[in-house]
Amino acid sequence: MSVIYVLLPVALLLGTIALLAFIRAVRTGQFDDLDTPPWRMLTDDEGVESQPREEPTPPSQEAEL
Amino acid sequence: MERGELPKRQPRKSELCDHCALPVPAGLVRPRGRQFCCAACEQVYAIIGELGMDHYYDLRDRFPGQKQPAVHRGRDYAEFGDKTFEELYVREVADDHHRTELYLEGVHCAACIWLVERIPSFCDGVIGARLDLGRSRLVIDWDPRCISLPAIACRLDSLGYPPHPFRGAQGEAAAQRERRDLWIRVAISGAVAGNVMMISFALYGGLFHGIDPTVHRVLRSAALLVSIPALVWGGGWFIRSALRALCNRRLHIDLPVSIGIIAGYAHGTWNVLRGEGDLYLDSVTMLIFLLLAGRLLERGQQRRAAEAAELLHTLAPSRATRIDRSPDGQEFESEVPVEALLPGARLRIRAGETIPADGVVCTGRSELDRSLLTGESRLVPIGQGDRVEAGCTNVSAALEVIVEQVGEESRIGKLLAAMEESARRRAPVVRLADRIAGVFVGAVLLAAVATAVIAARIDPTTAIDRTLALLIVTCPCALALATPLAVSAALGRAARRGILVRGGDVFERLRTPGIVWFDKTGTLTDGQLRRADWIGDSELELAVLAIESESHHPLARAFLPTFVGSIPRATSVGGLEGGGITGTVGGNEIVIGSPRAVLAATDATPDHPLARSAEAHAREGSTPVLVARNGVLSGLAIFIDGLRDDSLDTVRAWQNRGWQVGILSGDDPAVAQAIGARLGLDPERCLGGVSPEGKLAQIENDLAAGSKTVMIGDGVNDAAALAAATVGIAIGGGAEAALRAADAFVLDRRLAGVAELLAGAARVIVTIRSNLAFSLLYNAVGASLAIGGVLSPIVAAVLMPLSSLTVVTISWRARTFPEPAARGPVSSGPSTLPAHLARADHMSQTGHLSQAQTGEVRTCP
Repeated sequence: MSVIYVLLPVALLLGTIALLAFIRAVRTGQFDDLDTPPWRMLTDDEGVESQPREEPTPPSQEAEL
Repeated sequence: MERGELPKRQPRKSELCDHCALPVPAGLVRPRGRQFCCAACEQVYAIIGELGMDHYYDLRDRFPGQKQPAVHRGRDYAEFGDKTFEELYVREVADDHHRTELYLEGVHCAACIWLVERIPSFCDGVIGARLDLGRSRLVIDWDPRCISLPAIACRLDSLGYPPHPFRGAQGEAAAQRERRDLWIRVAISGAVAGNVMMISFALYGGLFHGIDPTVHRVLRSAALLVSIPALVWGGGWFIRSALRALCNRRLHIDLPVSIGIIAGYAHGTWNVLRGEGDLYLDSVTMLIFLLLAGRLLERGQQRRAAEAAELLHTLAPSRATRIDRSPDGQEFESEVPVEALLPGARLRIRAGETIPADGVVCTGRSELDRSLLTGESRLVPIGQGDRVEAGCTNVSAALEVIVEQVGEESRIGKLLAAMEESARRRAPVVRLADRIAGVFVGAVLLAAVATAVIAARIDPTTAIDRTLALLIVTCPCALALATPLAVSAALGRAARRGILVRGGDVFERLRTPGIVWFDKTGTLTDGQLRRADWIGDSELELAVLAIESESHHPLARAFLPTFVGSIPRATSVGGLEGGGITGTVGGNEIVIGSPRAVLAATDATPDHPLARSAEAHAREGSTPVLVARNGVLSGLAIFIDGLRDDSLDTVRAWQNRGWQVGILSGDDPAVAQAIGARLGLDPERCLGGVSPEGKLAQIENDLAAGSKTVMIGDGVNDAAALAAATVGIAIGGGAEAALRAADAFVLDRRLAGVAELLAGAARVIVTIRSNLAFSLLYNAVGASLAIGGVLSPIVAAVLMPLSSLTVVTISWRARTFPEPAARGPVSSGPSTLPAHLARADHMSQTGHLSQAQTGEVRTCP
C-alpha cells in the first residue's frame, strides 16, 4: 500500500497543473466569449476563392421551392 | 421554409433577396436578374462581389441562422479620425499598430464572422479583426500609416456592418474581471471537490475491506489539505458577501450557506485532527462547487441580457455638425464626435437627424419627434428659444442649436443615472433554495452527532455505520442544484422563445400578483401611425399620395402603405407654415396639414363639417389631417397609433392571474383613456401625460404602499420606472435603453411574450418547488432509514447520486416555455436557433429604427 505515498502526490500534482492551465486560460480571456468560437471553428479553413458570379436565369424558369 | 404547413403562399426562390434571403416585396421584384429586398442589400451584395468574397453566400446557406436585411449608412465616419475620438477609444499598441473596439450593427450569423474576420485579406493595413458574435463586438488592429480608422469604418459599413464606438469599456472591464474571477473560483472548487471525492472513496472502500491506520490518517489529512483552497476561494465568495451584508446590518442570502460551509469544515477538521469520526469534507466541497457553478450559470444568462444594453449607445448619434467661426469671421461647419462637444457649441441639425445634446434652438423652426424621451407619438412644433433634448429627432427642417448639456448631464443621461440608481437600490430576493441548503448542512451535522451519541448508548456496534449512512445519504447537492438548474433551463428555453430574462429571481418576483403598468406607445400600441379613415373622393386621395410621396415626414410615410396602383406626379411641392405640405397635382392646388394650418391657409371656418370632425377626432386622441383642394376643404384623413394584435390577450392574461392592470403613458390623457377603454381597463388606472420622472414616482408610490409593481415598457422614458419596479419588462425593438433597466425583455416587439413570461414564471416556480420537495423528501426518507440502521453506508453511496439525477431530470424536462405549435412564416429559422442569434436579429431592428430616424437610407420593408 505504500505506493499510495507516491501516487497521491503525483495525482494531486497533475490535477494542480491542469487547474493552473485552466486558470491561465481564463486569465487570457479564452472564456470571455463562448458564442463565437463554435461558429468560427466551422469556417476557419475556408479561404477566399473568387469566382465570377453567374447571372441568374429569369424567374419564370425557376422551379417552385 | 423548414416547416411545411405554415405559409399559405410560399415565396418562390426568385422572390428571395439575393443578399439576405428574405422575401422581396412584390413591388420590388424585377422581371429578371438579381433580386433585392432593399437598396442596402443591393449595395452590400455588389461590394461583396467586387471583393471576391462570394463565399459568404455559401456559408450563409450552409449555416442557416437568423436572416436580416443589410444595414448600410453610407456615411464617411469622419468623426472616427478625430483627435478626441482617438484619445478616448484608440489604443496605441505600437507606432504602427493601433487597436480599438467597435460595436457592429447587423452582425447575425456564422457567415458574418467569416466575412468580418477576412477584412485583413482585402483591406490593406488592417492587421487583424476578431469578432464576438454574441456581443457584436469587433476588436480591430491596424497600421495607421497604411489606413485610417474612418476608412476601415466605411469598409465595414459598406459590408453591411455600420460600426459604433464601444463606449461601455470601463464598466465592461470591471464586469469582465468579476466574470473571470468567478470562473476561477468555480474551477478551483471543482478541482478540489473532485479530488476530495476521490480520496473519500478510498476511505469508504477502507470501511468495508479494512485499511491500514497510517494510510487512513494520511488520506484524511490529504483530504483536509486539498479542501483548503475550496474553503478559501470557493467558500470565501459566500462568506465575504455574507459578512459585507452583516456589516450593513442586513441578512444576506449567502449567510446560511456560509454558516453551513464553516460548520462542515470545522466538523471535518476537528475529526481529522482528533483522528476519529467522519470526514464531511467531500459533501461540503461538492456543495461549494455546485452552488458556485449554479451562480455562474445564472450569470451567463444575466450577462446576455445586460449586454443588449450596449445598444443604448447607438441611440444617440456619434457625431454632430458643429458651426465654428474662423479667425477671419467666416463660419464653417465641421463634423465632430459627440464626445468633443462642449456646452456653448453651436450645432446644425438637419431634418431627419437625431439631436446629439441638450440645448436651445437659436435659429430655425421645425417639428420634433420626442417619442424616445416622452413616449408621446405626436410631433411637437419647436422654434427659436425652445429646448431640445438629446435623443429626439428633428423631423421637418434644419435647426441651429446652442449646446447646454452633453453626455451624462443631459436629460437622457440623468434619466439613465436615475435608472441605474433604482436598480442598485433594489433589495435582492431571498432565494428559498439557498436558505434551505445552508440550514440543511447544519441540521444534518446535528442529526449525525445525535445519532452517533444515541446509537452508541443503545448499540455501539452499529453507531458508526448509522452515522456514516446518514451523512452519505443526505446530500445537499440536489438542494443546491434545485434552483439553478430549473432556472437556467427555463432561461435557455425562454431565450429561444425570444424572451430574455436577467435572473432567476424574476420568476420568483412574478409569483404572486400585484399591480402592473403598461406603457402605451410602442408597448400596447405599435408606435407607428396608421391611417384609420379617409373622408374624401379617390381622385383627391391619389393627389394626396402624390404629394406625400415627396415628403419624409412620418405622417407622409403613414399615408403610403395603404396605396395600391400608380401615383400621379406632384409638382411644386413645398412646406406649409404651421405644419403641413402643399403641391400641385393635375392642375389642382392641394394643401395638406394639421387642421389649424389648413384652416389658416384656406378661407374655411372651424364650423365646416370636416373641420369639426377633425376636432372631434383630435379630442379622442387620434391625429387628424385636413386636405384642401383649390382652397376648399374637401378631405380628412385620420391617423391612429394602432393597438397591437396581441394587446388585448396579454392584458387579459395578466388580469386572469389576479394582477391590477393600468396604463402609464407620456401621451395625451385622452389617448391613454381611449386605449384603456378599448382594452376594458378601469379609467382611473389609465394615466396619460406622465413624464418619465412621473412614471418613476408612480412606481415608487405603489412600492411604498406595499404592492408588488411590474412595469412593462419600451422607451427611454420608461427606463427609470422599469428599473425601480419589482420587475421591469421591456419590449424589444423599441428604444433599447429600456433594456438596461429591465429585468426581462421580449424580442421582436411581441407583446404576447409578456404573457408567456408570466405563465412561464409560474411554471418555473412549480418546477423549483417540486425539485426542493423531492430532494427534501429524499433526504428525510434516507435520513430516517440511515438512523434506523436499515441503510448501510454502501447502499447510501449508491443512492446519493440518484437524488441529483432526479433533480436534473425534473429541471430539463419541465416545459416552462413551450415552443408554439407553429411559428411565423419568414422570420423563423429552424428551431435550433441559438439565443444569441435571436438577439442579433433584435439588434438589427434597432439598426432599422435609427435608420428610419436619420432617414439616411431607405429602410427595408
